[in-house]
Amino acid sequence: MRATTLDIGFVPLIDAAPLIAAQEMGFAAEEGLSLTLRRAPSWASARDALTFGQVDAAHMLAPIPVSMALGLGGGGAGLEAISVLSVNGTVVGVSTDLAARMRAAGHPFDFADATAAGRALIAAGEGPLRIGVPFPFSMHAELVFYWLSSLGHPSPQSLIVRTVPPSLMADAIRAGEIDAFCVGEPWGSKVVESGMGQLLLPGAAVWAFAPEKVLATRSGWAASEPELSGRLIRAVWRAGRWLDDAGERSLASELLARREYLDVSPELIERAMSGQLAISPMGETRRVHRFIGFHDGAVSLPWRSQAAWIGGQIAARMGLDRDRAMRDAAAVFRSDLHRAALASTGSDLPAASVRIEGALTADTRAPSSRGGEIKLCRDVFFDGRRFDSGFS
Amino acid sequence: MAMVQPLSVVVVESDPDRARFIVDALVDGTDYKIHVVAERASLARQIAQIRPDLVLVDVADPSRDIIEELTLASGPLERPVALFVDRSDAGLSTAAIEAGLSAYVVDGLTSSRVKPVMEAAIARFHLMQRMRTELAETKRALEERKVIDRAKGLLMRARGITEDEAYSLLRKAAMDQNKRLAEVAAALVTAASLLG
Repeated sequence: MRATTLDIGFVPLIDAAPLIAAQEMGFAAEEGLSLTLRRAPSWASARDALTFGQVDAAHMLAPIPVSMALGLGGGGAGLEAISVLSVNGTVVGVSTDLAARMRAAGHPFDFADATAAGRALIAAGEGPLRIGVPFPFSMHAELVFYWLSSLGHPSPQSLIVRTVPPSLMADAIRAGEIDAFCVGEPWGSKVVESGMGQLLLPGAAVWAFAPEKVLATRSGWAASEPELSGRLIRAVWRAGRWLDDAGERSLASELLARREYLDVSPELIERAMSGQLAISPMGETRRVHRFIGFHDGAVSLPWRSQAAWIGGQIAARMGLDRDRAMRDAAAVFRSDLHRAALASTGSDLPAASVRIEGALTADTRAPSSRGGEIKLCRDVFFDGRRFDSGFS
Repeated sequence: MAMVQPLSVVVVESDPDRARFIVDALVDGTDYKIHVVAERASLARQIAQIRPDLVLVDVADPSRDIIEELTLASGPLERPVALFVDRSDAGLSTAAIEAGLSAYVVDGLTSSRVKPVMEAAIARFHLMQRMRTELAETKRALEERKVIDRAKGLLMRARGITEDEAYSLLRKAAMDQNKRLAEVAAALVTAASLLG
């Protein structure tokens, strides 16, 4: 059988791994696909390449399809998420100066307690706190706003969230443009390597199961190409399963490191892939359970309640109607298409596509779509709040 | 008739030669106010201060995401900036994307005022893309020639043959192995350096 070629956009980050592994490890070939992976220099260009048909699907920040459904930001036709590619995998870090002030005030940099870290960060600030995130609509921005406003950060005027491309994060600290950042790996570790900053928290400490990247397609494409999009969803799903097999993370790091993908040293990638991060240039390391997830706990399912959470957060910040935003957001997380694609694999998914986000204080077994049970992972928010979209 | 203000255009480009090349195309007989922004660290702030009608940026520039922030401008004095491709005719948008150009225009600016700037910029970006490809090709060819010369030198010394004979030997090896001449030469040079 001759393989069908699909053009897929990606941004050089470790969470592009399911797409890279799908092609390199033969999961795409098993579905009769050949993926041409096209590296994008920015999220805006990945989005435009997708909306203008230069690629068929792309690695995308989970909040981008949501923000577009809400009519925010640039970009043309709408996008939808047909799979979640990864949960977590981001880090929060601070400049060397700020780290020194926080350490002097007694913060232990345990890389775990978001409440203590957030309080220490707010207390150590001199003037407004400027935080760099990769894109105005990103899980990074959402986590930062959620985290610091929950801790009662004084006012929006004193919290400035700026867009800084991941590869330029260290430069922005050097130029005195930002005091802290939230970014995907390996770019946080790269800041540590450059000596410009230290890592304060994994993103997972703020929300333990935050949908980070999705596989996005143009609205309507997947429904009009059910067979082709189904093959893509299955190939990427198998790649995610392979990546969550702990023994394979080292090989995956080698693949990702290649010049045509991330073009950084495999050692730097392996830190995040193994959950063993160096948090400071002095070499202090911290181990994080489930630093990034690709499969375990039904990662791949685009829960409509996840989209509703993102939509609700953006709406609250931008002054939009919250109920309407949550509905519009939920409509672009296509759990229906995702389920249809995986039905033929014998794999199991949760029975529901909506849940109370933040309700699982430990890994739990839940009813599955085949009448059995499936494991769901701990998904708490650091402040213990729960989010009920009200959808059923 | 009221005087029409000249269009204010920001060109985001850190390479001074490339910036000049783009600006030259735009100043040709038309009334624009052009600002080049080269420093990426404070990009959003600089653009906000200039308050341009139009922002032109290379698609390949990672700092493009910084400009996306301006699409959210909501203060009373700020004018929201939209990605050009949102609202112009599809042909021009596609042409811009193919040329590797992203343009952001301020809301409400009529397409007839933007079109000439866009067309000039698109033509220039196409030319730059061609030049970049040519430069890369030339560089590659030069590097290959250097490697082939070194491989020839190695063969001449090792086997006491002439340059022409060394070249024939390399070409034959390449044909036998169904490889490019430069690949065979590179393999030989690497092997020789390992053997010391």
